Amino acid sequence: MHEMSLAQNVREIIEQAALDQGFSQVKTVWLEIGRLSCVEQEAMRFCFSSAMQGSVAENAQLEIIDTPGRGRCPKCGHEAEIENVYDACSQCGSYGLQLVAGDAMRVKELEVE
Amino acid sequence: MCLTCGCGSDEVLIRGRKPLNKPKAPVSFKLHRVEAKVAEDTQRIVKLEQDILHKNDSHAKANRELFVQQGILTLNLVSSPGSGKTTLLVRTLQALHGRYPLAVIEGDQQTEQDADRIRATGVPAVQINTGKGCHLDAQMVERALPEMPSPDGGMLFIENVGNLVCPAGFDLGEFAKVVVLSVTEGEDKPLKYPDMFRAADLMLLNKCDLLPYLSFDVELAESYARRVNPNIRIIRISAVSGDGMDEWVSWLEEQRPNGS
Repeated sequence: MHEMSLAQNVREIIEQAALDQGFSQVKTVWLEIGRLSCVEQEAMRFCFSSAMQGSVAENAQLEIIDTPGRGRCPKCGHEAEIENVYDACSQCGSYGLQLVAGDAMRVKELEVE
Repeated sequence: MCLTCGCGSDEVLIRGRKPLNKPKAPVSFKLHRVEAKVAEDTQRIVKLEQDILHKNDSHAKANRELFVQQGILTLNLVSSPGSGKTTLLVRTLQALHGRYPLAVIEGDQQTEQDADRIRATGVPAVQINTGKGCHLDAQMVERALPEMPSPDGGMLFIENVGNLVCPAGFDLGEFAKVVVLSVTEGEDKPLKYPDMFRAADLMLLNKCDLLPYLSFDVELAESYARRVNPNIRIIRISAVSGDGMDEWVSWLEEQRPNGS
């Protein structure tokens, strides 16, 4: 996907938070990246370090909180962990599961000083 | 540069009929504003819970409100490169010309060739060159809008950068995404790139005039698209022969704010 532009968005969010909340250095960044969010975690790690250069989060450690996908079957209501958005319901075999978790891309928290 | 698709941060160019606007400075957005208090000497944890796409989504929301207010049906056309999107769009504009106000935003990494093809139909077009970027975002669309006459009460087509991956994640404020799949590609594209087919309301299966010369299994491709997105509408079409154009134009007219 577009990990570089997402990493630049992360940088903007952090820089704005630094202005609002008065910190000058970020030691750790926790990102929640759902497994069904179309972000390649390795690509995000690569882009993150380059996108943070010259910012308050330069050299910050990136911690990715990896959340599994969960889908709910529109037919039988069964909810289960899924690997792909097009998986069939493990109970009744229907397609078109509604995503209930695993597509988030979020800056969760920062360790700052 | 992005490992996956090569997107980067090169400056975006927007080329319309008017002189170029200088890109505006990024719009800042406020999050969880609190009194700026610097902790004396300790490290601390700052909770943000901020969606990475928050900024794009807020621009998309503003675009959508504008489109609704001005009665503009806005569609985001997405596909892989070479699916025949621009040819299909040219034929569509020819079919609709004179019936509704029309406008086009063209997204490509480089060149103004697609916008020139659109302008040859008499429809105003703005070209956005994304540089190394692999998708359009809502802010680029927002900047492009003042560069052309607003198609109030009509239709705006946004032809996204040819890419079945990245444009799926970026809401532009459109009414719907329309994904174009051509029969010269593989039947399994919907499974390989599920996010795009999940995000689209309509799939146009293009270049159907070539089916006699190919081993493309139409039913299989359509079943894969429906497996990813059971609600997707599918129209078989050929921009060259014109087959399916009437159904596509009818679909467009049905989506207009007041129907037809």
